[in-house]
Amino acid sequence: MESTNGTTIILMSGDMDKVMAAFNIAVGAAAMGKETVMFFTFWGIKAIQKGNLTGRSLFARMMGLLNRGGINRIGPSQFNFWGMGRWMFKQMMKSHKIISLDDLRKTALELGVKLLPCQMSMEVMEIRKEDLIEGAGEPCGVATMLELSDRSKQTLFI
Amino acid sequence: MADEMIVATKLDLKGLVCPIPIVKISQAVKTVNIGDVIEAYATDPGVLGDIPAWCKTSGNELVTMERIDKGFRFLVRRLK
Repeated sequence: MESTNGTTIILMSGDMDKVMAAFNIAVGAAAMGKETVMFFTFWGIKAIQKGNLTGRSLFARMMGLLNRGGINRIGPSQFNFWGMGRWMFKQMMKSHKIISLDDLRKTALELGVKLLPCQMSMEVMEIRKEDLIEGAGEPCGVATMLELSDRSKQTLFI
Repeated sequence: MADEMIVATKLDLKGLVCPIPIVKISQAVKTVNIGDVIEAYATDPGVLGDIPAWCKTSGNELVTMERIDKGFRFLVRRLK
């Protein structure tokens, strides 16, 4: 197994602030020439969902409705106030000319960051491959993540 | 090096904030020849730390970094 100077990021959180930090680090790492892989598990999957309603069973549909995915729908972990905080943060970021989360994700893809969804989380929440954005890679399991993490130099869990 | 410096590209990073300046510089460095220099202007004080760190990790050379009116000017030489 060849080791690289890479960066592995596991994103568990679906909160806007943490998603932003994760993509920021990923983009920075890729710009520094590191082979960068992001794993999206549990709530983190929201960051690579298209944003449509998901789920087939009652509970999964309920979750898909009340906890809808999509990078523009997620709110910050604090000061969200039922969406007010999200709106406020977006305005603040715009006024400071900070790149939007959506564009940050696009930049990550342009720089070759791999975005891998967790198979198990997708199954539990009944999220299909079609519900994910185009740039998302093949759903994978913990062994794939650990192997890539083993090969890379740093691993972050967010 | 005593030989003259060839500025291959000028990069305007004014108004851009972390992590975009290093994204732009990493993209720009691929467009110039090895040994060439990129001249960049930025306003984000983050570049003071980030550009040297980027150079170190990516294996390129920071030739100069200076404060200018309302910002920073720096030269990066592509080494590989």
